[in-house]
Amino acid sequence: MMRSILIIGLMLFLQPVSAQDETALVENLKAKLAKVNDYKATGKMKIDVSFINAPASNINVFYKRPNKFRLKKANGISILPKGGVSININSLFVNDNYKAVSAGEKAVNGVSTKAVMLIPMEENSEVVLMTLYIDEKNLLLLKTSITTRESGSYEMDMSYGKFSNWGLPDKVVFSFNTKDYKLPKGLTLEYEKGGKKKEAKIQNKKGSVEISYSNYIINKGVDEKEFASDKL
Amino acid sequence: MWQLIRIELFKIFKKPRTYIAFGAIAAIVFLIQFAFYSDGDEYMAFLLKSVNETFTLEGKLLNGYFICYIILQTLLLHVPLLIALVSGDMIAGEANMGTLRLLASKPVSRTGLILSKFIAATVYTLALLTFMAILSLFGSMLIFGVSDLIVFKTEMFVVLESDDVFWRYIAAYGFAALSMITVSSLAFFLSVFAENSIGPIIGAMSIVLICTILISMDIPFFTEMKPFLFVNHMLNWKGFFDRPVDYAEVLKSALVLIFHIILFVSLTIFVFKRKDILS
Amino acid sequence: MNILHVENLTKHFKEIKAVDDLSFSVKKGEVYGFLGQNGAGKSTTIRMLLTLIKPASGSIHVFGKDLRDNRKTILKNVGAIIEKPDLYKYLTAFENLKLMAQLSGCRCSKQELMNQLERVGLSERADSKVKTFSQGMKQRLGIACALIHDPELIILDEPANGLDPHGIADMRNLILHLSKNEGKTILISSHLLSEIELIADSMLIIDKGKKVAEGSVSVLLNPSDTLVEIETTNDALTKTEIGNSKWAEYLQHGDRILLKMHRQSIPELNKHLVYAGIDVTNIQAKHSLENYFLSLTTGNQHVATYQD
Repeated sequence: MMRSILIIGLMLFLQPVSAQDETALVENLKAKLAKVNDYKATGKMKIDVSFINAPASNINVFYKRPNKFRLKKANGISILPKGGVSININSLFVNDNYKAVSAGEKAVNGVSTKAVMLIPMEENSEVVLMTLYIDEKNLLLLKTSITTRESGSYEMDMSYGKFSNWGLPDKVVFSFNTKDYKLPKGLTLEYEKGGKKKEAKIQNKKGSVEISYSNYIINKGVDEKEFASDKL
Repeated sequence: MWQLIRIELFKIFKKPRTYIAFGAIAAIVFLIQFAFYSDGDEYMAFLLKSVNETFTLEGKLLNGYFICYIILQTLLLHVPLLIALVSGDMIAGEANMGTLRLLASKPVSRTGLILSKFIAATVYTLALLTFMAILSLFGSMLIFGVSDLIVFKTEMFVVLESDDVFWRYIAAYGFAALSMITVSSLAFFLSVFAENSIGPIIGAMSIVLICTILISMDIPFFTEMKPFLFVNHMLNWKGFFDRPVDYAEVLKSALVLIFHIILFVSLTIFVFKRKDILS
Repeated sequence: MNILHVENLTKHFKEIKAVDDLSFSVKKGEVYGFLGQNGAGKSTTIRMLLTLIKPASGSIHVFGKDLRDNRKTILKNVGAIIEKPDLYKYLTAFENLKLMAQLSGCRCSKQELMNQLERVGLSERADSKVKTFSQGMKQRLGIACALIHDPELIILDEPANGLDPHGIADMRNLILHLSKNEGKTILISSHLLSEIELIADSMLIIDKGKKVAEGSVSVLLNPSDTLVEIETTNDALTKTEIGNSKWAEYLQHGDRILLKMHRQSIPELNKHLVYAGIDVTNIQAKHSLENYFLSLTTGNQHVATYQD
């Protein structure tokens, strides 16, 4: 009996310490990411969505603290999932008003990470819940799951290379849910192949965007005009 | 034979009705370009309605390549009428004018006469398509600039990078020319039976229109019929805007169209050689 | 020498025999009249000569060659106007003539074309569109087109149609000139006997697709020849007696007995029949063979051939 009381007591005592750990971990991560004021990056973007057939394209990415983010295809059309601003992890922590709760430990791509749930305290926050999977040892964010009010839920998987010191990933895979896409046949007037009709492809309701960064130019300044919206 | 073709071309381009087609195409192209210039966003929004719920698209969606695609899609439904206007008149018009008996009593073979008329009609078709290409492609590129092209299909859309688009248009125009020559050969074939060009013109257009309606309906019975309708294969200029281009399918469609052209022209020659010219 | 030789030519359109076993020949250099009412089969025959219509049977030889096997060669040397000359209304007179010349295989220079237009009195309207032309002007242009390649055989189907008397006279003079001065062979069809009478050397009368009469115009239309109609009590014996006579040619028209003879011989015929024991109930003289032609439009005919 005494042993039980002791164990319970210890757990109760240790919890606030644990909570402190999560918050501290997130703060540390934030601080690391805050070293980046701005960057210009080049990379390649691949879209994997059942109803989009697009080639991998060369992109330019611009970031400026706290939350200015733009992904552009040079001379082209870029297709980003809504909430695509969150592809930028540096913008994740714009809002300080959240509560960090431990969600245990989880292995992400074979690396042990600490799962931390961030619950926004603001009532009207667009983000409803965010779960971060942090590589504590290297202080790197390996994965995040985000549930938003308006833009659905999505996940981001990050892998790092030479820019890991800055907390900037080499590769980001952004996964999300998609809605059905369909246009009337009378509008599109498509050529019908005929022959044995292939089983109607069940539209995969999930899609992903993969960005592979080739280079970052960090803290060298970014022109404001890079963040201006292009006319459709 | 060259002499005959030259004579036929001379007659075609001396007729006022020939120029109706050029005028009509210019008007349609300018109207579409003007409409998109002033209010293209709404149309874009409609096309992207379901996409915009999940995605944000940025960049110059409403660019010259896109406008040209819309123009082609629209025009290639209506250009057949303009083609039939001339091709349907090639034999029936001469019968109506009373000049067919003059031609057929000359020391030229009936086969040579038909072939020269058909070739002349084909030259006209190509001239019309070239005119259309210049206005719709180069005109749109000039007015709207160029960027990536988004092609909207029923269950997906295709993004083509801007430097990967121009050759597709050249290929598509080539294929469209083949499609229009098929319509021309149909109207030409019907022309051999009539002594008034209205019949073949309306006949050819009715066939194209009915088939177009059938292929746009999502009813299983009609879906089964589609591969057998040459009008369906006419649509395969769109095949060049696929990633990757299914060259086998495009080639198959091209061969179907060529087959129809040969069939219609051969039948025309067959009928005309046996025809008693009473007009 | 026969420029044109037609043998057993037949054409049906469904059940109707438009041309029925027609045979005739046209000599080199003559003007050959082709006479018949509207719908008699003249145009059908002419269209067969120009390969516009395929005969059901029979043969056509032009310049000694079979038309079926030598179509291009023959047609290079044939000029024709088929019914009214419809030309390209949206082209000028010059353009029409040039076009027809090229189709006929003629490499005519601009000057030659202008000379031809001058010949038919249209040189001043060379650059006018045909749609502005009167019927007479179109007819003249049609003639220019038919003659531009200097054909040996000229076929004119109802060339006087739509022409005023002045135009008809011009046409007549042209035909005579072509025949007498240039040695052309001309086949001219008409439903107007008066026209054929004035210009043709020989003629053929056609009715319901069949040849009814053929021969030289001077013999067929001899004014001194009279058409006599006889009614007797014994038709069979009458026909035999007339057949044996020297001064009457027997023509049959249905049940009627028609004879071609000199007016002065009528009393002698009457006597001859009476002596032969035939009771003549009616004997009547008609004016000329024109009446015969007019009466040829119904019933069966016996073909009579009158040779010089």
